Amino acid sequence: MSAVATLAASIRDLRKDYVLSGETVHALRGVSFDVPEGDYISIMGPSGSGKSTLLNLLGCLDRPTAGSYFLGGEDVARMNDDQLSETRATRIGFVFQSFNLLPALTVVENIEMPLYYSGGISASARERCIELARLVGLGQRLDHRPAQLSGGQQQRVAIARSLVNNPRFMLADEPTGNLDSATTEEILDLLGRLNGEGRTIILVTHETEVAARTARTIMLRDGIVQFDERRTAP
Amino acid sequence: MTRWWRTLKLSVKSLLLHPLRSALTVLGIFIGVAGVIWLLSIGEGIGRAAEQQIASLGATNIIVRTIKPTADEVQDGGYGLTRDDYVRLLATVPTIDKAIPIREVTREFRFATRKLEGRCVGCTPDYAEVTRLTVDRGRFISDADLINDRNYCVLAAEVADRLFPYEDPLGKDILVDEYFFTVVGVCKPRAPTSGVGGSLAAEDFSHDVYIPITTMERRMGDMEVVTKPGQFQRDLKELSQITAQVSNRELVMPTAEVIRDTIARYHTMADYGITVPMELLQQAQTTRLMFMLFLGLIAAVSLVVGGIGIMNIMLATVTERTREIGIRRALGAKRRDITQQFLAESVVLSVVGGVLGIVGGLLCRPLSVLARSLLEKWFPEQMAVLPQLVREVEPMLVSWSIPLAFAISVIVGVAFGVYPAVRAARLDPIEALRHE
Repeated sequence: MSAVATLAASIRDLRKDYVLSGETVHALRGVSFDVPEGDYISIMGPSGSGKSTLLNLLGCLDRPTAGSYFLGGEDVARMNDDQLSETRATRIGFVFQSFNLLPALTVVENIEMPLYYSGGISASARERCIELARLVGLGQRLDHRPAQLSGGQQQRVAIARSLVNNPRFMLADEPTGNLDSATTEEILDLLGRLNGEGRTIILVTHETEVAARTARTIMLRDGIVQFDERRTAP
Repeated sequence: MTRWWRTLKLSVKSLLLHPLRSALTVLGIFIGVAGVIWLLSIGEGIGRAAEQQIASLGATNIIVRTIKPTADEVQDGGYGLTRDDYVRLLATVPTIDKAIPIREVTREFRFATRKLEGRCVGCTPDYAEVTRLTVDRGRFISDADLINDRNYCVLAAEVADRLFPYEDPLGKDILVDEYFFTVVGVCKPRAPTSGVGGSLAAEDFSHDVYIPITTMERRMGDMEVVTKPGQFQRDLKELSQITAQVSNRELVMPTAEVIRDTIARYHTMADYGITVPMELLQQAQTTRLMFMLFLGLIAAVSLVVGGIGIMNIMLATVTERTREIGIRRALGAKRRDITQQFLAESVVLSVVGGVLGIVGGLLCRPLSVLARSLLEKWFPEQMAVLPQLVREVEPMLVSWSIPLAFAISVIVGVAFGVYPAVRAARLDPIEALRHE
């Protein structure tokens, strides 16, 4: 088995420049690392270190200025907008700090929503969504709206939503940033369990306790990797 | 199919989140669409009424009528159309199918102790057919009556009712001047015509008595002397009117030209006028078209205003839902998906408005009847002053106005929805996600 085949993602010399009021800001100045299948990575760094930019690139929400990003053998940097959307819809699961649920939709409808865009909606879709809601412990609250749920419950809905297309690759942007320590524990347990099922997870955090739960920590500073520390094998 | 259905459901759901806002936007389109249908219906109603009036004169008729010239122009020789004119027209204009000479004088009709003032009309047998007069009982004047100068007469319905309230008029003799005329027929009631322009004034047929024109010439002569206190008036004319009929509509205009030239050659005074109902009909149709264009323009403006309402609301919605757009994009929605979602919302708004507008448009006739009866009850004086056309107009639903109105509402929805929808789709997902 070659090394490339077991890589979930691989980035090489990734650069991203922004033009902010006439001045060019170098958010990323050449970041390279490989993500093996089933890895559990935390990205840390002070604000302005480029970790959000990196996560946006990893999540196919943006294209790099230079460098390459291979996701399962395809160079994301060369994709057009529609292909990026399709990649987001089918291959990536997103979890946000502020949950980002649609307030008008119920728990099930929120979980179901990404299926509209992946073409995966079918007769059994509703059942699958209910199944996912049970998996994250919200089987009793299918018809609740996000406003009727606690922060931890909302984040669990968001995780169920990110799983609906069964992605192998999950990205979480400070998933516990808005939660208290007990709920943080629940969410981290859930993510740990998903990693245990073989899903690759990359999360951004600034809490060392959260980072400590992951297998590997990449520290960014001023747009470059300061250190890349592995604690456990993927 | 299911994809469209889902988009539709989603848009209805989003619109129902702001029911009042959506309802007000729909109202804008409703008014526009109902306006199109109403205005077209009313325009059609007015146009039809005018055309019917003109058509009742006979579309294939050409009417030449004596007009009294100014006093100093009239010489002792009299004025107006002559019997020679009539003969000349018949002899020299081959396209004339039928022509009738008519002379009208005012007379008092008597039977026993009852009397009635009315119009004594000298005419020929063709008069009934050409002017669309129908005989109810008995017969109209015949050729034999004409040749023999018989003292026969045919009564208008109201004259018969007034002079013979109890007995059957047929066979009775009525007195006109010092002559007795035997009643040979009674006409059906006939609606008065209103003036349609040209040389034709409004005409009331209810007090008419028809006699052979030859009899009239022999018994009454061509001279009319009117004496009123302090006034003595002498009127010498042979005919009041010549009505010519051609066999088909194409011949009307050329024949009218020839008649105009023929008559003009023998008349030095402006003592006649020519009315061609067909010409008036064409004018009325042009006027109606202009009228409908004008009304259509007004309706179009209101639809554009409605469309701007949609655009306004959709732009507000896009701004308000920036974060939702960001979430959907992050979870895999393509630009196209976002465009479709917002376009669907604006089209739903406009189509709902359009369908309601069509329903409102269909109610045009009953509602206008209701409105008129209410207005007549509450403001009888003001209503009485309004022109007859306004008081009596019957809106006529124009069948093509319904698909037209529907198509316009869809087009408005798309046209004014595209920009907001495209704007929504162009949002940068990262920026949109950060939006509070």
